[in-house]
Amino acid sequence: MPAIIEVKNISKSYTRDSFAIPVLNNITLDIEEGEFFCLMGPSGSGKTTLLNLIAGIDKPTKGNIFIKDTDITMLNESSLAKWRANNIGFVFQFYNLIPVLTAYENVELPLMLTHLSKAEKKQHVEAALNVVGLSDRMFHYPKQLSGGQEQRVAIARAIVTDPLILVADEPTGDLDKNSATEILILLDRLNKEFKKTILMVTHDPHAAEKASKIRHLEKGDLI
Amino acid sequence: MKILKLVFKNAFRHKLRSFLTILGIAIAVIAFGVLRTVVTAWYVGVEATSANRLVTRQAVSFIFPLPFTYRDKIQQIPGVSQVTFATWFQGVYIDKNQFFARFACDAETMFDVYPEFLLTKKELETFKREQNSCVVGEDIAKQYKLKIGDVMPIEGDIYPGRWEFVIRGIYKPRDKTTDATQMMFHWNYVNERMKKESPERAGDVGWYIVKIKDPSKAGIISKQIDDLFKNSNAETKTESERAFAQSFLASTSAIITAMNILSFVIIGIILLVLGNTMIMSARERTREYAVMKTIGFSGSHLVGLIMGESLIISIIGGALGLTLTFPLIQGLEKVIPKGFFPVFEIEPITVVLASLAALLIGVLSSLSPIQRALKMKIVEGFRFVG
Repeated sequence: MPAIIEVKNISKSYTRDSFAIPVLNNITLDIEEGEFFCLMGPSGSGKTTLLNLIAGIDKPTKGNIFIKDTDITMLNESSLAKWRANNIGFVFQFYNLIPVLTAYENVELPLMLTHLSKAEKKQHVEAALNVVGLSDRMFHYPKQLSGGQEQRVAIARAIVTDPLILVADEPTGDLDKNSATEILILLDRLNKEFKKTILMVTHDPHAAEKASKIRHLEKGDLI
Repeated sequence: MKILKLVFKNAFRHKLRSFLTILGIAIAVIAFGVLRTVVTAWYVGVEATSANRLVTRQAVSFIFPLPFTYRDKIQQIPGVSQVTFATWFQGVYIDKNQFFARFACDAETMFDVYPEFLLTKKELETFKREQNSCVVGEDIAKQYKLKIGDVMPIEGDIYPGRWEFVIRGIYKPRDKTTDATQMMFHWNYVNERMKKESPERAGDVGWYIVKIKDPSKAGIISKQIDDLFKNSNAETKTESERAFAQSFLASTSAIITAMNILSFVIIGIILLVLGNTMIMSARERTREYAVMKTIGFSGSHLVGLIMGESLIISIIGGALGLTLTFPLIQGLEKVIPKGFFPVFEIEPITVVLASLAALLIGVLSSLSPIQRALKMKIVEGFRFVG
């Protein structure tokens, strides 16, 4: 399979009080289309930073990232926002749902940026909620859902636009064992059944078991 | 779901906070409206003046009289079309709290010089004919439930003794700014009694009102009048009716200025209150804005969300305030003595200013949170702990 994500010689450092703190050191990485790729490493190893760079929500200090032949490091903020809307679905550790919106409205949020009709949006949202098994909870607010259900809504929000890549940052980090297993099964299903390329960051070996490929980061170096 | 729905949901996320902020804006708009109404009511006398009327008074002070004999001399000056006069009478009607303008006038000419006081022909003729008659403004007639033929007893103070006047006319105001709270009666009637009781005060006139043909010659005619009485026992000061009315306000100008400033200070305070609310709201939503940016929402979406939320609160507060201002002003009008503010109502400009202020508050208070949201990097937004 061709590489859908090509990370070439990426370095990233943050500046704190005039000191440059290196986070990633000259990383080169290819992820193939349809792969369930897992990045593992201890806290502070730079895995979330690498995920953010690939997802286009942060900029590298050096190097290039090609996603399906588009060098996203060359895009400006506005183009990058549009690119993210069209190509990336995000799943966060803490779900990050909007508390005043129902599950349906939260899933509908990314579709507000599209030109779909109301009926088409409804169809997409219902399909996404159906995939995550929450058709019966679509009018519930986040506070009326369990942690696992919230994360499933977040996954529905991530897939509703049918993105090229699904990125998940510690998707089971805030969940109990059973809920975590449910989420991992769902991600696995999305990868196998819906052929989604998934890039997941975790420090949990149990979560990583579902991935088709695992790489480790250690102090900013890919090992 | 439309973005407006999200804006509304955000605006009322913290119901108590939003309610208190809206209430604060409403109270500020009410205070603004009331203060501006008082200020405009204060200036109504000036607005009601006519460009073709001059007022001639004693040069030293308005309280000193002028001789009746001046009338014919002023009448001779070229450009003068008519001269009338009046004398402040004051007195007490019912009790000292019942204040409205009461003065003796030249019944023959007064209503020619003041065409904005509308009397029927019959009323005017009767008033001119009967020496002890009087004319009252429509507002006074309503307030005291007076009708034609009623007797108004006045206990004199400047002109001591008991005075009784029979109402022979109730004038209507021609314009919105015309004072309909005055009482006028015959100068001759007062003067005849003065001749008997205080002969040294007989023949005194308070001030002359000079109607001129060409308002552009007001300056020249004023000078001619004053030159005519130069070096006399009662030198005059003639000025346009507008300047005369403004000179009455001069003593209270500091209060009016303070009220004007205060009305805008209130707007400034509420701007800070809403600004604070918006900053708090936006700060609490830092992670949400980061999520929205991540999903692909642009800067203009965030501007719309934050400014929209601020505008919703300020518009509701402003509308509530304006809605409540009208009955409040009507209530105040009933409580304030009629003669104090002859016209006490909300001017359209006050409504426009209050509405603009509410909108401006909405826009300005959102600027700081907008700037913060736009400048925020997504990764920093996710690290934010509110």
